[in-house]
Amino acid sequence: MPSTALFVLLVFSLIAFFAARSKAFAVAGDHIGELHSRPIYHGAYTTLTILVPGIIFWLLWNFIATRWISASISSQFSETLSSLTLPQQEGFIRDVMTLASGGVATFVDETKITAAQMVAEIRSRQLWIGGSILAALSVVCCWFAYTRITLKMRARHRVEQLIRIMLIVCSVVAILTTLGIVFSLIFESVRFFGRVSFLDFLFGLHWSPQSAFEGAGSEAISADNSKVFGAIPLFAGTLLITFIAMCVAAPVGLMSAIYLSDYASQGFRRIAKPVLEVLAGVPTVVYGFFAALTVAPAIRGWGESIGLDVSSESALAAGLVMGIMIIPFVSSLSDDVINAVPQSLRDGSAGLGATKSETIRKVVLPAALPGIVSAMLLAVSRAVGETMIVVMAAGLAANLTINPLEAVTTVTVQIVTLLVGDQEFDSAKTLAAFALGLILFFITLALNIVALRVVQKYREQYD
Amino acid sequence: MTDIAPENMGDGTTVTRLRHHSPERRARTAKRFAAERRFKYLGLSAVLLAAAFLVLLLWTVVGNALPAFTAHYVKVPLDLTTEKLTKENAADFNYRKIVRAGFGGLFPDVKKRREKRSLNKLVSSGAAIAARWEVSDNLDWVGTKAEVLLPLSDTADLYFKDLLGDLSRPESERTISDKEIAWLKELDEQGRIERTWNTIFFSNGASRESEMAGIWGAVVGSFLTLIVTLALSFPVGVAGAIYLEEFAPKNRLTDLIEVNINNLAAVPSIVFGLLGLGIFINGVDFGWFTLGGGSPRSAALTGGMVLALMTLPTMIIASRAAIKSVPPSIREAALGVGASKIQTVFHHVLPLAMPGVLTGSIIGMARALGETAPLLMIGMVAFIVDIPGSLSDPATVLPVQIYMWADFPEIGFQQKTAAATLILLGFLVLMNGLAVVLRSKFERRW
Repeated sequence: MPSTALFVLLVFSLIAFFAARSKAFAVAGDHIGELHSRPIYHGAYTTLTILVPGIIFWLLWNFIATRWISASISSQFSETLSSLTLPQQEGFIRDVMTLASGGVATFVDETKITAAQMVAEIRSRQLWIGGSILAALSVVCCWFAYTRITLKMRARHRVEQLIRIMLIVCSVVAILTTLGIVFSLIFESVRFFGRVSFLDFLFGLHWSPQSAFEGAGSEAISADNSKVFGAIPLFAGTLLITFIAMCVAAPVGLMSAIYLSDYASQGFRRIAKPVLEVLAGVPTVVYGFFAALTVAPAIRGWGESIGLDVSSESALAAGLVMGIMIIPFVSSLSDDVINAVPQSLRDGSAGLGATKSETIRKVVLPAALPGIVSAMLLAVSRAVGETMIVVMAAGLAANLTINPLEAVTTVTVQIVTLLVGDQEFDSAKTLAAFALGLILFFITLALNIVALRVVQKYREQYD
Repeated sequence: MTDIAPENMGDGTTVTRLRHHSPERRARTAKRFAAERRFKYLGLSAVLLAAAFLVLLLWTVVGNALPAFTAHYVKVPLDLTTEKLTKENAADFNYRKIVRAGFGGLFPDVKKRREKRSLNKLVSSGAAIAARWEVSDNLDWVGTKAEVLLPLSDTADLYFKDLLGDLSRPESERTISDKEIAWLKELDEQGRIERTWNTIFFSNGASRESEMAGIWGAVVGSFLTLIVTLALSFPVGVAGAIYLEEFAPKNRLTDLIEVNINNLAAVPSIVFGLLGLGIFINGVDFGWFTLGGGSPRSAALTGGMVLALMTLPTMIIASRAAIKSVPPSIREAALGVGASKIQTVFHHVLPLAMPGVLTGSIIGMARALGETAPLLMIGMVAFIVDIPGSLSDPATVLPVQIYMWADFPEIGFQQKTAAATLILLGFLVLMNGLAVVLRSKFERRW
């Protein structure tokens, strides 16, 4: 087991820690003050000298090991593999791997079993070789660090150097995450756009991935999938629901921010602020449940009572509930912005005899406008990326409509529908989800960057 | 002065008075004040509207959830004297026939096959399993005749909870027939119906039968997932924050990292799900080597990794704020007595910043607990009956369970959904409450 090896390594390095620490004490003897670094740093230095090369080696070794196995499969079973198509080859290797680790594969034949036996054999050999190299490496590293424990050894400096490097690595994880997102999205999207033209996808008016040609290889490329992956209805649906949500969230959020910052008494604020925070903390799946269970039937009933034909999964219900979800977001952002307007502007306006509301409408809001606009942009980006409410309350039908009483579908809903359930990973459908994800990512990214820029500019103005 | 103007009173005399007191002026002022009041009430009503939404939301959830916390059981005399049943095999014996015979024995008049079948539908189809649990807990019942409490079917349960709607409708429009109602009434008169705390709901995994469906599997799954999330995002987040706040030089790389973190915090959560599917599970194939891949589908491990990446920006931002709030005098004092930079940070700054860091992490964890969309992407939406035992077992989490149950059409599941929601909200309140307590208890004003 690869993880067992790591565990043994960890235990060994811990033992080395205590050995090195007591050696440091022994070296110093009665003159502990002459030791450059405290004994604990000598211990830590020895531990890290063992752990860092050991872990790096083990990761590399695992990487080499998997390459080794796939290389020996393709050389040993080249005849079998060459008779198979590419997806079949992948399936063959996957089955062999499952069999080798003691799992159950779907289709088992003689070749697969022999291959699995071979893989299991290579694996045990690899574990044996890798394990012995690891053990030798650890012992050498341990000896290296242990013999260097002297009075003058600068163990603390070395340990601190390493800690600094680890801190940098941790903060770079954020960049790696972004790169990971961009890579995985672009990689799959490029494969998708190899099958469906980019322009057809972006400007097509018809979305029905259910009728897409299923399959892989050369047939998939020649199949005409361009007609069924037109994303305009999804964009329109997303915009419609976002618009409804903003119609609810913008006035309510902005007005409550104004009231809480300029009118409300201390006591009222102490109650109202947590209420808004609770509204912000409710998981989106709960909003979705609320929308599907209470709001959608209510709107339907109300619509039917005045003779309107309302779909049971109307855009209005989803938009309304999404608006409720965004209220606290808008209000807290606007609150920050309104509070950032200097008091002197308010005082000046009041000194000219303006009432409070006149001050707010004619002085504070214009001064805060850039900030409020960016708050709204951030709210829009939130609404565009919101998933659960629309999955549970908006429909799947890709209608191109601006009637809020009809069912529409959104980008996020389609990503979920395309990827949930058992799908061949290579099909155009699953790749389409990544293309939609890419577009979603860039739209929200653009909205955020613009909004943050505006806020920054505006803050500088009054600082 | 322009405010003061002579005014002809009409009878030849002129009076000088302030313009502020002119009727026009007074009307204007009144209008402005009315506008002021309107604006104020508009603001107040906005706040009240938001509060009303919250109340309505909670009321919907609680109102639907309460019935699911109790369930109706029927006391059935079980004949456990059969020779095939021994103390050894009591834990895997099939009690179906015994339950059928026991329950049927309560209604000796029912003879017809069709009637018998609809009678048997009154007890849960999981009653045999419930009987197995009961008997294996009370092994001395074996070989005797015991009265055992067994769950009713969801329809019967809902009938006793009076949740089947208007029962005066014609029979064909109801989910329960007149005959079934009569049987249930008879059972009730015999004193065989008991309403107790719904233990099945709190101890079972998912099930297709609403009366046998429980929340425990999802709770365990959520717990395992959060453990992974915490174990990954807490150390990495705190270390990243320490670097950016204490060590990072002002250069382009630092700027890039900061912009990156702010943007990541606003990336839709579903995109993190795509990242998890694309990189952790499938891997990006570059031909000569595959980046990532091989993580188990539907497992708490993968889910935790995805949620860790998602909460990382929140974690870093909160930790940075906490570290920043430690005054520079602390650092200067430590450096002054000869501590190294690393010692200063780890021995003095970090312990003082810890309450803030922990508060931020708890809030981040609470958000991760409520997150659904990214977990749908990595297959945690599968129907999983078993309670997950390890990080790589297929698992589901509370919000995903809510999402799945919300899709089931039965009324029984609607209440289970609400109850699961209430439990999720309870956990969130608990975590946020802990954060508030931590903040108020350890917050220090410098």
